[in-house]
Amino acid sequence: MISLLTLFVFPIWRITLIAPQYPDGVTMFIWINKLGGDSPGVLQNVNILNHYVGMKFIVADSIPELKYFPTIILIMGGLALLASLINRSWMYFGWGVIMVALAVAGIYDFYLWEYDYGHNLSPEAPIKIPGASFQPPLFGTKHILNFIAKSYPHLGGYFAGLAIFLAFAAWWIKTKMDKNENIDRNSIGNPVGNSLQTQA
Amino acid sequence: MKIHSGFRQLLYWVLPILGIFAMISCNSEKNDSTAGVLAGDAASQVYVAPGKYDEFYAFMSGGFSGQVSVYGLPSGRLLKVIPVFSLDAEKGYGFNEETKPMLNTSHGFVPWDDAHHPELSQTNGSTDGRWLFINGNNTPRVARIDLTTFETAEIIEIPNSGGNHSSPFTTENTEYVVAGTRFGVPYPQRDVEINSYAENFKGMLTFIKVADDGGMEIAFQVLLPAFDYDLAHSGKGKSNGWTFFTTYNTEQKNTLLEVAASQNDKDFIAAVNWKKAEEYIQQGKFKEIPARYAHNLYSDKNHSGTSTMMDKVKVLLPSECPGLVYFLPTPKSPHGVDVDPTGEYIVGNGKLSADLTVHSFTRMLKAIENQAFESEVAGIPVLKFEEVVGGVVKEPGLGPLHTEFDANGNAYTTFFISSEIVKWKVGTWEVLDRTPCYYSVGHLMIPGGDSKNPQGKYMVALNKITKDRYLPTGPELCHAAQLYDISGDKIKLLLDFPTVGEPHYAQGISADRIQSKSKKFFPIEENEHPYRAMGEKDAKVVREGNTVHVYMTTIRSHFAPDNIEGVKVGDKVLFHITNLEQDWDVPHGFAVLGANNAELLVMPGQTETLAWEPKTEGVFPFYCTDFCSALHQEMQGYVRVSARDAAVALKWGLGEEITQ
Ligand SMILES: [Cu+2]
Repeated sequence: MISLLTLFVFPIWRITLIAPQYPDGVTMFIWINKLGGDSPGVLQNVNILNHYVGMKFIVADSIPELKYFPTIILIMGGLALLASLINRSWMYFGWGVIMVALAVAGIYDFYLWEYDYGHNLSPEAPIKIPGASFQPPLFGTKHILNFIAKSYPHLGGYFAGLAIFLAFAAWWIKTKMDKNENIDRNSIGNPVGNSLQTQA
Repeated sequence: MKIHSGFRQLLYWVLPILGIFAMISCNSEKNDSTAGVLAGDAASQVYVAPGKYDEFYAFMSGGFSGQVSVYGLPSGRLLKVIPVFSLDAEKGYGFNEETKPMLNTSHGFVPWDDAHHPELSQTNGSTDGRWLFINGNNTPRVARIDLTTFETAEIIEIPNSGGNHSSPFTTENTEYVVAGTRFGVPYPQRDVEINSYAENFKGMLTFIKVADDGGMEIAFQVLLPAFDYDLAHSGKGKSNGWTFFTTYNTEQKNTLLEVAASQNDKDFIAAVNWKKAEEYIQQGKFKEIPARYAHNLYSDKNHSGTSTMMDKVKVLLPSECPGLVYFLPTPKSPHGVDVDPTGEYIVGNGKLSADLTVHSFTRMLKAIENQAFESEVAGIPVLKFEEVVGGVVKEPGLGPLHTEFDANGNAYTTFFISSEIVKWKVGTWEVLDRTPCYYSVGHLMIPGGDSKNPQGKYMVALNKITKDRYLPTGPELCHAAQLYDISGDKIKLLLDFPTVGEPHYAQGISADRIQSKSKKFFPIEENEHPYRAMGEKDAKVVREGNTVHVYMTTIRSHFAPDNIEGVKVGDKVLFHITNLEQDWDVPHGFAVLGANNAELLVMPGQTETLAWEPKTEGVFPFYCTDFCSALHQEMQGYVRVSARDAAVALKWGLGEEITQ
């Protein structure tokens, strides 16, 4: 659960643009609830770059996902807490599956946005390159005109992954323990499982 | 006495002749030194690969350019010219409305000066990279440059002064920077016969207090006889609390000084105890006298300068303040006065003397204690020469001017006439090495070489004459700097390069003390300029009588608004340009046809104002002057100017029909 809540502290994803004029790169961060960069002017700078080729301005307010995703994450956090209290192996499994589904949906959604920004270009763009798309990579590194674009998960993303992993680990351990319990009925509680839950 | 002056006459003939010989001999040595350079690894020592940084910043005064130039060492690459006392059309300095107040003085707008001595701020006697101070010689001023922005942040005028030459040398924690008048002037300034010099003229030393935020304020002045106060340096370590000023023209003459002011065998170094001065100020032993002087301050919040006229100063009279000032007799018109890193030795570079005189601070204190005075001048005790002198460097060269120090107890003195730098040992006074300069070296600089902690493995000679050193450029030739390696026993010439204006003095500092603090842009949300436009939504045009305020923004790559109508002949149009960029190295320029001033060069997050008074009807283009992006050439617009009585309404716009 803590892993999930870190999503509000750390960005999930990181896109870095590198070009000769930008030796340090222009780094954009995507949080669960906002967009930004490694310095205050980054979004403006990315938009200035994008406007040459007619890409839409990236404005946080125009992306509804940034509003309802935080709610979903809070609900999932609540469910995680509930699961740890009830402490049933199927609950961990179920929670993990939902998270995986959400992550896949989220990444697909991210892809759609990237596709839209990269392909839906203004017909009045000052620079037009026939057949070119400016879609940043979903995952990995790609050349876009004079830029190298790198797109990788960031701390928040890693923590979300960790949460999913821990959920399945908890399910696996719990299942195993339940079996052990069946064998040794004298054992009480499951300290290992509990400690895992607190971590998760 | 007759014989003596006859000998002196001879000397005046001999010195220039020796100078000529020295130059000729330099010429003949030139090829040898070039060969030496090629044979050694000098090239690799000054080679800073493309994209790599220099190890040191060097700040060189522009002399009669009035500015400061910034070089990288060891490469000698010019990094920037900082406008200080002179107009700079390139940056709009002194032309835009915001910086005009910086050049205000009690004589009105003074758009030029002669800048001589850059001085870095210090903490515990080490250069700290916060500020650079520099003196304006002609209309006495001291400027402070902020080393996060490399911009002039403050200029204070020095009253009761004429020719602010012995300035702005700092104390070891930048408690004060000083200013000493080179020319005696009537005190108070008034209409008197020039011939009444000795009677009516005075010489004033000024102590400028520097606050923790850098703010300057004239703390007090010390009224002295009308000698010419030439240079200064403050004590350090054991001598912290004292500042030393050289004098010439102790003869107090006012005509044909080259002869008249060279008569006394010894002039003075004035030792001022500024800690004592603080006590006297505390005790109220000062006279508050009327004095008009400007204090100009620039703010990075509203990106504007303000000029305040001050009206009084506190003056201390040495005759009423015992222990405040002592005179140290020093042979023959000493020019530079340089204190070694330990604070013990005070070098008086007697420019017409055959020897180099070094005073001992410890002996000076002892002489004061024993009242070893040889006389008194204007109520100021003159210490006995033989009681204060700590050592003499015998016949090191001709025409000593300045001395700097390395970290190993060595001193380096420039000799103008013999065009060379001589290395000698502090304490033993023996000459260790010498190297020619091309030609006629004035000041020299070792990074930290006038502080408690010299950093230098390099030494820079600042040469007045270049003659045949570079491709000729007509009658006016550049001045030059020469870089030497002083890390070994022998001084080694590495490089020479032309400089901006006349570099008198320079300061050097290791790059890491400045580099990381360098500002990249101004946060737009902190912009407090009264005519800022915080976004394109704020762009507008407002008429107030015959003044038209244009609130204009820039962002790659357009102005907002870029079409303006309704301006009339006879209007004063004020273009207030706010650069909305928030990225490093993205200034936008602004120029409009027929402007009688200059361009604007607006840094990201800044607002600057250009005044434009169109004289004829027509449609006039304006454009961005700093190549800002791939669409820079499209960054342009128009102002329509109509007849005074034309019924053309004020309209403006961007990218659509222009509206009211
Ligand atoms: Cu531009």
